[in-house]
Amino acid sequence: MASSIRVRATSNGDTTEVQALIQHPMDSGFVKDAKGEIIPPHFIQVLTFEYDGKPVFVADWGGGVSKDPYVKFAFKGGKKGDDLKVSWVDNKGATDTTTAKIQ
Amino acid sequence: MNITTSEFSGTRRLLLKGAGVAALIGLGVIPFDVPQALAAANDKYPEEAFKQKNEADAIKALYGKTAEPSDKVKMDAPEIAENGAVVPISATTTLADVTSISFLVSENPISLIASYKIPAGTLPSVANRIKMAKTSNVTVIVEAGGKLYSAQKEIKVTVGGCGG
Repeated sequence: MASSIRVRATSNGDTTEVQALIQHPMDSGFVKDAKGEIIPPHFIQVLTFEYDGKPVFVADWGGGVSKDPYVKFAFKGGKKGDDLKVSWVDNKGATDTTTAKIQ
Repeated sequence: MNITTSEFSGTRRLLLKGAGVAALIGLGVIPFDVPQALAAANDKYPEEAFKQKNEADAIKALYGKTAEPSDKVKMDAPEIAENGAVVPISATTTLADVTSISFLVSENPISLIASYKIPAGTLPSVANRIKMAKTSNVTVIVEAGGKLYSAQKEIKVTVGGCGG
C-alpha cells in the first residue's frame, strides 16, 4: 500500500522547513452519514517527526483537525540528504511511518 | 473540605505570580496538585484535554493553568471561512523558550483541536487546517518559559464543518 504520508522537507542551510500531508478521514464522531447514523470517531492522535533520532515536532490531534490533515513547521539544522522520519498513530491503533530525504 | 481546597489554590496562584520557576518546582512536591501532575506527564497523548467540551476546561486539563493575552502571539486566519470543514490557521510568536502551541475553537463540540510540542531548536511557528462547526472564537495558546500566552480571533463560518 502506498504511504498515507507525503512529506516535503527543504533545507536552506540554517533551517529545515517541513510540510506534511496525510491521507486520513479524521472523523470527529459528531458527523452523521447519509442514513443519519453517527460516523464513529476515527482520527490521528499523535504525529511525530524525528530527525537524528530525536523528535523535532510532535502533534497531538483531536477530531477537530481537518480531513487529510496538513501541517507545516520548521526546525534549526537538518542537512540536505539526511533522513526525516514521520509516523502517526490513530485512535484505533493504526499506524503509518515514512522516511523522507531532506532536500 | 471545600474551603481548604480553595484556600490551597489561592496560595498556589499567589506563589505562581510572586515567584518564578523555583516556586513551580516547590509546588511539585505538594500533594493534591493534580493539574501540575498532568502537565508533567507531557509526553503522553492528552486524552482528558481532548474530551473537554469547554475551552477553559480543556486548557486546564492540558496545562493546569490559565493563559494571559499577549500581542507577541500572532495568529493568521481568515475573517470568514466559507467552508468550516477546512479552515487554514497558522500561529507564530516572538516569545522565547516556547515548548508548545495549541489551537482551540470555543464553539466546537470538543474545544481542543491540536496541541503541538515544540522541542528546543524547532521554530515556534505552526500552520495547520482545522474544522469549525460554526462561527466561533479561535484561540492560540503558546507555552513559553512555563507560562501561557494567548491570542484570540473570531472567525465567521458560512458552512459548518462538524456535521448535521
